[in-house]
Amino acid sequence: MRNIWTIYRKELNSYFVSPIAYILLLMFALIFGFFFWNAVGMFVYYGMESQMRGQMFPMNVNEQVIRPLLSNISVVGLFFIPMITMRVFAEEKRNGTIELLATSPVRDSEVIVGKWLAAVTLYATMLLFSAANFSFLFRYGNPDWKPLAIGYLGLLLQAGALLAIGTFVSTLTRNQIIAGAVTFGICLLLWVLEWVSGYETAAWARVLSYMSVITHYESFGKGVLAIKDALFYVTLIFLGLFLTARSMESLRWRS
Amino acid sequence: MITVKDLTKRYARTTAVDQISFSVEKGQIVGFLGPNGAGKTTTMRMLTCFLPPTSGNASIAGFDVLEQPLEVKKRIGYLPEMPPLYQEMGTSEYLKFVGRLKGLRGAELFARIDYVLERCAIGDVRNKLLGKLSKGYRQRVGLAQAILHNPDVLILDEPTAGLDPKQINETRDLIRSLAGDHTIILSTHILPEVEQTCQQVIIINRGKLVATDSVHNLQNRARGAESVLVEVGSRNGVLDPAAVEKRLQQIPSTARVVAKQSRDNRHTFEVETAAKDGSTRADIARAIVESGWDLNELRPAAVSLEEVFLQLTKAEASVEKLAAKGGQS
Ligand SMILES: Nc1ncnc2c1ncn2[C@@H]1O[C@H](COP(=O)(O)OP(=O)(O)O)[C@@H](O)[C@H]1O
Ligand SMILES: [Mg+2]
Repeated sequence: MRNIWTIYRKELNSYFVSPIAYILLLMFALIFGFFFWNAVGMFVYYGMESQMRGQMFPMNVNEQVIRPLLSNISVVGLFFIPMITMRVFAEEKRNGTIELLATSPVRDSEVIVGKWLAAVTLYATMLLFSAANFSFLFRYGNPDWKPLAIGYLGLLLQAGALLAIGTFVSTLTRNQIIAGAVTFGICLLLWVLEWVSGYETAAWARVLSYMSVITHYESFGKGVLAIKDALFYVTLIFLGLFLTARSMESLRWRS
Repeated sequence: MITVKDLTKRYARTTAVDQISFSVEKGQIVGFLGPNGAGKTTTMRMLTCFLPPTSGNASIAGFDVLEQPLEVKKRIGYLPEMPPLYQEMGTSEYLKFVGRLKGLRGAELFARIDYVLERCAIGDVRNKLLGKLSKGYRQRVGLAQAILHNPDVLILDEPTAGLDPKQINETRDLIRSLAGDHTIILSTHILPEVEQTCQQVIIINRGKLVATDSVHNLQNRARGAESVLVEVGSRNGVLDPAAVEKRLQQIPSTARVVAKQSRDNRHTFEVETAAKDGSTRADIARAIVESGWDLNELRPAAVSLEEVFLQLTKAEASVEKLAAKGGQS
């Protein structure tokens, strides 16, 4: 436990002493800010429209603002994840500091979990910026907070799974750019897999679309806590971290 | 303290380390000597549990590197070929992190950091970023990192590589001063380094163990028994080196005479003697003076490790050649 904490603190520090954390946070804040005010603007516009026509459409902040925004984040997140994980192990390999970690009395699993938790923390910090925007809605409207909380839980689970995969990819190379690019490719693939369900209903298509991380976000986005979707993400997290551990071990056999 | 038995590491194509065995006593400084590519780094990585051996085993303080890696890791300090520094960390911040990794906490951690800052003379860069340090300082921070948790065994991979002569001397002094408390194994491809720093030497070449002995014995071994250098001259007429050589050979206690060089009517010979009591030197002196020549110099021949090394590795190479020939025919 103490070793995980030691690694975690060091990792988090290294994110925040380099510009990378600030660039990510700033970019995310800008992009999300744009989405948010766009969504709010649309909401207000349709609200006035329906009043002018005299028809009273049921207007719902949760349905019409929060839900689409959450699924936006879940897609935008795919682009940020590679930038968070690309250096995790690649840099340790390039600097030779992997030799320090691997010859200190700590377990590989402690190193991996510490690093992964730090990556998740950075992502959660990013989400905090979006939450700041949502707090605005609570000030002026009266949305339901429960679906929002479940939506955020889903975002964290989804990111946790992708960050675990990114961490694994980062053990495969000493080149950060390669690690980032490959992770990006995998994230993108895991997103678009879902598209096959648009035209095909055969078993293979169902399997492929089941593999898509986005599919499993739908229920969370609706504010429903579906155990099977949560399990999917948790399984992916374990798989990613397990592969990372195997890779660290075989890195020893190879290098 | 360190026991290595038939340790072997094979990569896809090369056998980097081939069945080497040796052991190191507590408190010793051992030089691990070999040319580039000999397998020094690979061996050290196996000792530090960074790489698993293909076969054979190694143990440190009684703990096997494969069976109980955590126990081994607690007891070693390792300075890899490239000091494992985080460029964006400050010196004391880095030492704090390493100390925690090694299991130090609280007051003990801070006391040890102060100690190594002083011991490795890096106190003046304690707040500097590691990425901004000069090569000499980087190497010393690397060393500080290795001794931080006061490990029983220090494993240093080419600790003086890339340093200037002054820094090399400082680093050697530091390493020598660490012996006693720690058992030290350091690798190098520079021969004088072993002569100056180490008590014991392990020579490897192309993955194979060539020799392991104390520095003193190894020098003696190459020299055979005892040998002396004699310089003979003459002030009346040209001196025939063959005549001198013949005269030297007539001395009963000489085993072998080798002509070394001839210049300006002065000839140098190396005389190997069978007698260990030094009586040969007196015999040589008398023989030369009685022949009417001048005895310009008479001193024991100090064999450098360099020669030992060349002799040993040459012998190794010729054996291999023979084996290769045998295999072809
Ligand atoms: N990761 C590796 N993969 C394949 N061969 C390697 C690897 N590391 C070292 N070698 C080979 O093993 C041999 C010994 O290397 P090394 O232990 O680094 O020697 P030294 O440290 O004595 O210079 C060399 O021939 C080298 O090419
Ligand atoms: Mg080396």
